[in-house]
Amino acid sequence: MFKQDQLDKIAASQEKWAEKLEAAMKRRPEREAEFAVDSGVTIKTVYTPLDLADRDYEQDLGLPGEYPFTRGVQPNLYRGRLWTMRQYAGFGSAEETNQRFRYLLEQGQTGLSCAFDLPTQIGYDSDHPLARGEVGKVGVAIDSLADMETLFDQIPLGKVSTSMTINAPAGVLLAMYIACAENQGFKKSEINGTIQNDVIKEYICRGTYILPPEPSMRLISNIFEFCSAEIPQWNTISISGYHIREAGATAAQEIAFTLANGIAYVQAAVDSGLDVDNFGPRLSFFFNAHLNFLEEVAKFRAARRVWAKVMRERFGAKNPRAWTLRFHTQTAGVSLTAQQPMVNIMRTAFEALSAVLGGTQSLHTNSYDEALALPCDESVMIALRTQQVIGYEIGVCDLVDPLGGSYYIESLTNALEEKAMDYITKIDTLGGADKAIEYMQKEIHNSAYQYQLDIDNKKKTVIGVNRFQMEEKPPEGLLKVDLSVGERQVEKLTKLKAGRDQAKVDSLLKAIREAAESDANLIPVFVDAVKEYVTLGEICDVLRDVFGEYKQQIVF
Amino acid sequence: MSEKRIRVLVAKPGLDGHDRGAKVIAQALRDGGMEVVYTGLRQTPEQIVTAALQEDVDVIGMSILSGAHGTLFPEVVKLLKEKGAEDVLVVGGGIIPDEDIPALKEAGIAEIFGPGTPLENVVNYIKEKVN
Repeated sequence: MFKQDQLDKIAASQEKWAEKLEAAMKRRPEREAEFAVDSGVTIKTVYTPLDLADRDYEQDLGLPGEYPFTRGVQPNLYRGRLWTMRQYAGFGSAEETNQRFRYLLEQGQTGLSCAFDLPTQIGYDSDHPLARGEVGKVGVAIDSLADMETLFDQIPLGKVSTSMTINAPAGVLLAMYIACAENQGFKKSEINGTIQNDVIKEYICRGTYILPPEPSMRLISNIFEFCSAEIPQWNTISISGYHIREAGATAAQEIAFTLANGIAYVQAAVDSGLDVDNFGPRLSFFFNAHLNFLEEVAKFRAARRVWAKVMRERFGAKNPRAWTLRFHTQTAGVSLTAQQPMVNIMRTAFEALSAVLGGTQSLHTNSYDEALALPCDESVMIALRTQQVIGYEIGVCDLVDPLGGSYYIESLTNALEEKAMDYITKIDTLGGADKAIEYMQKEIHNSAYQYQLDIDNKKKTVIGVNRFQMEEKPPEGLLKVDLSVGERQVEKLTKLKAGRDQAKVDSLLKAIREAAESDANLIPVFVDAVKEYVTLGEICDVLRDVFGEYKQQIVF
Repeated sequence: MSEKRIRVLVAKPGLDGHDRGAKVIAQALRDGGMEVVYTGLRQTPEQIVTAALQEDVDVIGMSILSGAHGTLFPEVVKLLKEKGAEDVLVVGGGIIPDEDIPALKEAGIAEIFGPGTPLENVVNYIKEKVN
């Protein structure tokens, strides 16, 4: 990027300057023996062109919208349209969540993001014994299409895009969403949204798995195939580093483990005969925005570059859209404190800004009360307003990749790419991500434990927790989901089951079993079944019976 | 020291898959000289109590972040009593609102450790209570 004679001059002045620096450090000893990011990259006092001497602008950076997409996936990015402001919401009954959705849309939110309760995420109906105490707690309970219809009542599914955080039973919930949109009068091809559908990270760290890896990978490939043919605008997977980071991974591990999982999905789809240029453009990603502001900006940029190379060089994709890493971001839940919760507003704002400077396609900002409970209406509104301030008031969206070219950002982008590639190579030698689950778990746990030790011994400052503490009154106005949600949901379900033609239900479940036992694509039979109000639990029970259940290995 | 090592069962009741905290606590207790068994995810109260009796533990530490603590924590204490094992110390942690804590203590949960608790506090608390 720089001519040799320029570099020589800079090297000479930097040598002289080093003496000055040493003298200054004697007068003003440094606060730390060593400055470093959590990913293990040492931070120097200052960065100069010398740190980028071996880099080539065209090859390593390029222009926005061009390979390797370091500077973003769109030529004009937020000058064209701001990111989608998408707050994750869902609790209690479908009626309550429908109200929260409509409140968010009225406040200027531009897309929906649906949280499901844990029984739904694990494919149990609300009347299952394991669902006790969990119905409607961390998201909305969906047992059948009837609940889905209530959830999206008066929300036109052909006009909004919806992201659904659903993994193991993603195909079934997608089938319900399609049926619901069709009932509203929209065509399949008009709907737009995302299912998370990322099961490997469920094994690694999020925990809502159902089936073993092999049938899970088949279901994911079934979804890729079905969507490319039927709902071309749908994002078929959201390969998620968010939870990997929340579980304790560093930024470099977040990139590496997420993209290693991505590689496993692409490989499985290619092995099942799908064309990478066809399904590749519909893959999307989901990252965390954590506290180390500049490291996070570099992380997003590095991730884009690594993925572009993976798709083009490793999988031979020719379609440029298959090279691009498009991603959603959520600010870091683990960075929120129960102490002095209002301070979380500032943490979230900086994290959100890093995502925007990193070129995110959509964003969720956490609410300040989330270390205490599910967010209340007021805290959700402030979280959304935070995004609006970044988008409309502070000028950072008037150009693309404003931090590109910063010697430090570029140098850190390079360093994170190298660290991530080392992990990916290691995972390759273990046989790929679906075979390296325990390895990743161990690495994540070690980082999580180190992080906590650093807080406990005050190497890392957490305002209100290990510095600047104060006496506080207990917080008020927290949202509470009461237990009657579960009882009402079970009543509704019992009534629904009694009102169906059981012979029809049985034959639809039989069709699912036969498809599961053959090589057929399962999604069309799911769609047929949910239209007749066959429940999520009934469908997943068949799958559990045919394929067995995943058994977690204990690693710590 | 010839003192018997404290035995702890770290458990994840319910369906919640967030086990960062449980595993970090498990490691801290182990590094603090205790013998620790971690159950893994999705344990019913019955499974937790059975494991506690089999492993002959002095302490059960449970972590829930899904909000199901009000149902599941007291259930574990109730089952321990039924099995005549009420001497087992039961503690909990996770996303648990302050206002829920009195009812949990009333139900027999000895202590609740919320977000931001230093590891040392948990280790010291258990050592004091058990010895």
